[in-house]
Amino acid sequence: MKATTFSPSSANSTTTVARYHARQRRQRWLIAATALATLMSLLLDIATGPGAYALSDVTKALLAPSEVSRVLQVVVWDIRLPVALMAIVVGASLAIAGAQMQTLLNNPLADPFTLGISSAASFGAALAIVLGFGVLPVAGTLLLTGNAFVLAMLASLMIWGLSRLRGVSVQTMVLMGIAIMFFFNALLGMLQYVASAESLQQLVFWSLGSLSKASWGKVGLAGLALVVTIPVFVRARWRLTALRLGDVQAQAMGIDVGRLRLRMLLCCALLSATAVAFVGTIGFVGLVGPHIARLLVGEDQRAFLPMSALTGALILSLTSILSKTLIPGILLPIGILTALIGLPFFVSLILSSRKEIWR
Amino acid sequence: MSLIIDQLSCSLGKRRVLHDLAGMEARPGEITALIGPNGAGKSTLLRAIAGITMASGHMTLDGLSLETQSLGQRTRKLYYLPQDTSTQAALSVFEAVLLARRTQVVEPNRHALAAVAQALQSLELDPLAERELAALSGGQRQRVAIAQAIVRRPRLLMLDEPTSALDLHHQLQVLDYLHRLARQDDVIVVIAIHDLNLAARFADHLWVVKEGRHIVSGRPGDVLTPQRLREIYAIEADVEWPPGSSPRITPRSATRRLGS
Repeated sequence: MKATTFSPSSANSTTTVARYHARQRRQRWLIAATALATLMSLLLDIATGPGAYALSDVTKALLAPSEVSRVLQVVVWDIRLPVALMAIVVGASLAIAGAQMQTLLNNPLADPFTLGISSAASFGAALAIVLGFGVLPVAGTLLLTGNAFVLAMLASLMIWGLSRLRGVSVQTMVLMGIAIMFFFNALLGMLQYVASAESLQQLVFWSLGSLSKASWGKVGLAGLALVVTIPVFVRARWRLTALRLGDVQAQAMGIDVGRLRLRMLLCCALLSATAVAFVGTIGFVGLVGPHIARLLVGEDQRAFLPMSALTGALILSLTSILSKTLIPGILLPIGILTALIGLPFFVSLILSSRKEIWR
Repeated sequence: MSLIIDQLSCSLGKRRVLHDLAGMEARPGEITALIGPNGAGKSTLLRAIAGITMASGHMTLDGLSLETQSLGQRTRKLYYLPQDTSTQAALSVFEAVLLARRTQVVEPNRHALAAVAQALQSLELDPLAERELAALSGGQRQRVAIAQAIVRRPRLLMLDEPTSALDLHHQLQVLDYLHRLARQDDVIVVIAIHDLNLAARFADHLWVVKEGRHIVSGRPGDVLTPQRLREIYAIEADVEWPPGSSPRITPRSATRRLGS
């Protein structure tokens, strides 16, 4: 096709492109500012806790460990840094998974928590704690983590499998996710009913979500899930953005919507299962993070993906600080705080959905 | 070199929607209007050509068989603009049109941006370039959808009721634009449309379908006769072709009444 019908004035075109560049610059600044805030929060998280340290000491311990005391070195590198990094990695994982689930299922309330993935993980943990049963041939602390991971993957794969059925709408998939949540909650209730007092206490602690069991190994594995999935999302950035225009328009642009949805859901499953397996049930980060990102930079995945990851990381990192400082001397389970912060947001989303914010 | 449909059939579930459509041709440089009553299969036909809806049979575009090509391969040459283009995506108009371009071609960024700016300007959308899609009126959104179509520079452009959300001014403006696009850029344009007066005025060729069957094709003057309109739409209508002006189709009554 020749371009004779286009007869624009080049001055106007230049202005339009310049305005687009200005929008992009604003998005980049916002991403950079959020990244800086996340870095500051990470340092503050490391500095906070029993025996608080100055930020300068923490920075020194990180950059030049040999120049600080052995105690500070151990506190920073062996105890607090893995926990603080786990907050960043898990927050980013949950928010990316939530962002992509919302995009893929065209539903603002979709996230690993609301689709039953966290409930499935809790049931897996309960199997290990209450019955000592492992779905993988591993022992010790890995028994619980392994169970939670396998069950979370199973729940994700159930949604994924359903989406492979012909003629299944995204609304059905979301409803199926909710059904999965109730199903695993019921199974969890059964195990809680027969559990001993000690097991029950342990199970309650796990299901409230905690970063305190973080180790370098766990951070590495959770980080690996991010390293594996982010390039897949980046590669599909245009196709994922096109999905927000609706299936027919995306197909008109040549996108195999069914295949894209399957592949991306699998990546979401890996991210959420890994995160939940290591830290327990941490709700609402996957819901709130993407919504804040959407408000700040819109839904062009080139900005939406990094912004979602950063807002999720920042929220969980700040919550981690809050969990240590809200009641001095007591470490509150982080899942309680994310739920308390996230619930009002969740309700406001439901109310705005009634106004057809999303079709 | 044109779009030719030969023995095309399509079923949605167990229901057969298109029945062996044949002998339909749309030529470059012309607007072909696809007309027919509700439920005739107009949208299904356009989606089947685009590869969005599975169909069996034979179709060629510029001599190339379409049925052997994947959705991705087809959409490099053709574009289907659906009737419902409403969305609440948090994307700016510029981003949405850039998206249409980026899902089609890999090219240096500045080429893509220039093409988007041109498409926006040609549809007088540049003042809205930074506006979010969700904040647009139905008519503005429809013009953005047309900009998304033309930025891909398709050989075959299929539009499903492109004027349904537009006011009279924009209906004429958009159809005039498509008319020029077809003529000047040698594009094959197919439009599914309900407004027979607009079809008669802007189309060079008509395809008439009813209940999934191809009834007739031809020049508007040959197809839009009172007898044909009675057969296709079950209406009594006056058809006037005043010399030197636009044709006028005035429906008088439906041949069947509801509840009778």
